[in-house]
Amino acid sequence: MPIVWRIHFCLFFLFLPGKVEAASLQEYQNPKDFIQESFLTEVPKAKYIWIKSEVRKDVERILGHRYHQLRVRYWSKGPISTWILEEIGKEEYITFGVTINSGLVQNAKVLVYREIRGGEIVRKAFTHQFLNSKINSKHKLNVRIHGISGATLSVRAMTKIVRMALYLDQVIQKKS
Amino acid sequence: MFSKKKILKLGLGLGLLLGGQSWAASSALDKKVEQLQREIDALKGQIKENTEMLNETASAMEKGGGSYSKSLWDKLSIGGYGELHYNNLDGEGGASDKKEMDFHRFVLFFGYKYSDTIRFVSEFELEHAIAGESKNGEVELEQAYIDFNYSGAHHVKTGVFLMPVGIINETHEPPTFFGVERNPVEKNIIPATWWEGGVALNGDFPNSFSYDFALSSGLNTTSGKNYKIRDGRQKISNAEANDLAVTGRIKWNGVRGLELALTYQNQGDVTQGNDSTAGGADLIETHLIWMYRGFTLKALYASWDLDGTGPQAVGADEQKGFYIEPSYHINEQFGIFARFNQYDNQAGDNTGSEKELLSIGFNYWPHEDVVLKFDIENQDNEGGQNQDGFNIGVGYQF
Repeated sequence: MPIVWRIHFCLFFLFLPGKVEAASLQEYQNPKDFIQESFLTEVPKAKYIWIKSEVRKDVERILGHRYHQLRVRYWSKGPISTWILEEIGKEEYITFGVTINSGLVQNAKVLVYREIRGGEIVRKAFTHQFLNSKINSKHKLNVRIHGISGATLSVRAMTKIVRMALYLDQVIQKKS
Repeated sequence: MFSKKKILKLGLGLGLLLGGQSWAASSALDKKVEQLQREIDALKGQIKENTEMLNETASAMEKGGGSYSKSLWDKLSIGGYGELHYNNLDGEGGASDKKEMDFHRFVLFFGYKYSDTIRFVSEFELEHAIAGESKNGEVELEQAYIDFNYSGAHHVKTGVFLMPVGIINETHEPPTFFGVERNPVEKNIIPATWWEGGVALNGDFPNSFSYDFALSSGLNTTSGKNYKIRDGRQKISNAEANDLAVTGRIKWNGVRGLELALTYQNQGDVTQGNDSTAGGADLIETHLIWMYRGFTLKALYASWDLDGTGPQAVGADEQKGFYIEPSYHINEQFGIFARFNQYDNQAGDNTGSEKELLSIGFNYWPHEDVVLKFDIENQDNEGGQNQDGFNIGVGYQF
């Protein structure tokens, strides 16, 4: 091996970390902080919505697959509700935070990203597209989301989760 | 006849009797109410207990119940994609016809998660349906690496991995691109699909850019193949590694719907020291992807510069190409596209080796992971050896 390549090798390994840390660190915002951010005053007590009968059918239609959760926790006060939801991108669960205010998306973020590729969806340039969007009677968004090449599955996951949050908000608002 | 006194006594007696009965009835009612209250309290307690038990059960189920099979499947991941192609092309100017049906690619992904930060990723491919001696196909290991997520969105991986270059080299599942066949520019110039063994760093800075840096095995081209880059892929099969390659890429997605990328690679010696008339080489690739509502524009340029008199003698010292592809998604299920490609693996001389290909067609997605494709292609090669006609394809991913 020519000397120049040996130098390349040595330089390369200089950049490597001493040890791999124990926990995944791709947490962009702690879910607790996201919930806090959604309510200007005190955070209301968490409630559960059970995913059963018609609600389950609709949720599974939105996600395009079976939903393994029996219930979903949320925080709600007046017209505002906040949801911490997870969906698989390619192989791993992505944790999203979605806040709905009067049936419109007030905030939508990627909180924890665990996939090896496709991390571009955390960019505000992407997530800001969801702001003020709503769903129609078929639970489809009223805006067309610009995708990201190479992050198709992550983009799809976030779009579904935003639709699901908007739908669940409609269910709880009807009940109250 | 009854005396007044008797009547009074009788009335008093009757009153006492009736009064006593009413008091007795009221007392029984009270007892009943008390009993009902006790039952309601008991039911309330039962409901509370049941709700608690239900929540506990739901929590336990949502956590996976700790069963072995669940935890194993949590760690293992399986995916795949495939595509069947039908080509119906007529040859002209001496070019042969191409009328064939081919299960071009059948791919399986297997992954294993050792921990939250250490993962195994692999891609196993069967090309052209059957492999073996005198068969058309190949069985290929295109990816097999260990990824370490060492900090935030920063990774280091080692093993066999796809080179960080171009648009389709790393993402080539059929539902993600237009056209039955992949574009010829990335195929013949980059050359996609291109994988090497080595070690690579990649990472992402939120709201700015992502980067890749790789130190890997290199190409091994030959004068017999006119130093064509695509024929230099060693596919990590007893690959000669006298001279390695360094690759760097920077990608920017700072504006909604826009991706700009630039890759540079340096090869120590593209013949691995086997040809003294050849030497090092540099690749520059850049592309743009712009998505606006249903409209997408993709444009890519790639260029190789090979050192040495050997490549220069056949014009292979310069190998370059570009394509531009506008497309429009009419709705979620249907999209149309046009793609103009131009490339030349011997652009360093005037031998007329430039090739052009225009494709126009559509994709129909009956499901977001299943695609049916159709396109018409028109070639314009120097010398007039063209194959024109149409292609039909079906592809899937899971």
